[in-house]
Amino acid sequence: MATPLVVSEVAKTFTMHLRDGITLPVVTGVSFSVKRGECVVLGGPSGVGKSSILKMLYGNYAVDAGQILIEHHGHLVDLASAAPRAVLEVRRDTLGYVSQFLRVVPRVSALDVVAEPLLARGASQDDAREKASDLLAKLNLPRELWQLPPATFSGGEQQRVNIARGFITDHAVLLLDEPTASLDAKNRRVVVEMIAAKKAEGVALLGIFHDEEVRDAVADRILDVSAFSPRKAAA
Amino acid sequence: MTTVPLLKVNGVSKFYGGRVGCRNVSFELWPGEVLAIVGESGSGKTTLLSCLSTRLMPTSGVVEYRMRDGQYRDLARMGEAERRFLMRTDWGFVHQNPADGLRMAVSAGANVGERLMAVGDRHYGNIRATAIDWLRRVEIEEDRIDDQPRAFSGGMRQRLQIARNLVTSPRLVFMDEPTGGLDVSVQARLLDLVRGLVHDLGLAAIIVTHDLAVARLLSHRMMVMKDGLVIEQGLTDRVLDDPREPYTQLLVSSILQV
Repeated sequence: MATPLVVSEVAKTFTMHLRDGITLPVVTGVSFSVKRGECVVLGGPSGVGKSSILKMLYGNYAVDAGQILIEHHGHLVDLASAAPRAVLEVRRDTLGYVSQFLRVVPRVSALDVVAEPLLARGASQDDAREKASDLLAKLNLPRELWQLPPATFSGGEQQRVNIARGFITDHAVLLLDEPTASLDAKNRRVVVEMIAAKKAEGVALLGIFHDEEVRDAVADRILDVSAFSPRKAAA
Repeated sequence: MTTVPLLKVNGVSKFYGGRVGCRNVSFELWPGEVLAIVGESGSGKTTLLSCLSTRLMPTSGVVEYRMRDGQYRDLARMGEAERRFLMRTDWGFVHQNPADGLRMAVSAGANVGERLMAVGDRHYGNIRATAIDWLRRVEIEEDRIDDQPRAFSGGMRQRLQIARNLVTSPRLVFMDEPTGGLDVSVQARLLDLVRGLVHDLGLAAIIVTHDLAVARLLSHRMMVMKDGLVIEQGLTDRVLDDPREPYTQLLVSSILQV
């Protein structure tokens, strides 16, 4: 199938029970698809629901209505209604995510943080570490940091660890939440090259990029999320 | 991926006279899956854990476990001897207080070796070698093997308890507040250790905790309990990032940021 990710009529509202149950509609009628080898960038002003869409796709946010269909091992899985263990399996083999911030685990070295997704898929310790080293070297992370837990790293260093971790597998669909936000120009270019390589491999990418230069370099098309804003629909 | 659950829990309730311990809990646990049960004191999470691990008999409901031969057995219908054998071999139970799970007056090596003897190992050299290997895996120096756990610190005792439980290669481990009494730096080391072991051994685990950070780090799935009921459950990330129930929102919003 040439379209591994299809999102249709997805809606999301937050209910804040601690604030007298007020409801905050986030998005409604979200429908789009991403083809193999395509990079779609979510656009629109802050607070319009771009990150929420990525989080629904990855399963961190529940979906109130609609479907999120992903091609997983040759058949379709609806992530909006899938059981937790099905979501975890899709995450392990098919759907990758580079978040804005790294969630650090005490005592685990940067190299092992990066190698982990490959180990989870059954790669050997040596292969996974070798590939992790290649990626960290490509992203110019100083070699003396590789054996240290990333908790004390700078924002840009942590982000590079996060990118390496997200890019190490051959996941068919990759979600990117501002992967270049705290990087300098040189490393931004490295990430742009890495995204281009993923596209050439046929990976479907969906991302948020506020940096215009990066956005112009990687985007095949920009999807304006304001179109899914319930406030606009009501107006 | 295995397509059959290891544990099937159906409508489990426990009443203490007129008081509710837990009510109508149902779920399935698959091999390699880590489930966290969270909630405040008195929410019924420890009662539920006790019902699942046969330490308490549920008032109603059925708990079935898939034995190594692939057959499901209703735990309540098992004989006492059979149940005890299961607990000593195919299951582990890590108590909050290591003194409840260890024999404090015998050596560290014997604490680990005892479980091996329960599965029929009789060769002293093998037992000692395996015990040393396990002490190393839980980061206890080999030269402490002949010391009694009462000479150990709290963190070491907890790691020893974990070694004692895992030495027989169990398929399911129950943990009741495993990091409860430990200070934070010791906690981090233990969490990292448990996380690694669960992953390497492909263990299924049910962890009772009131600490949401522990649940985030260790578990795949989470159940939130209040007043004996499971009020919310799902993927751990989902429950913590997008809590739906008023009580879960209160729990998540009460976490102190450092």
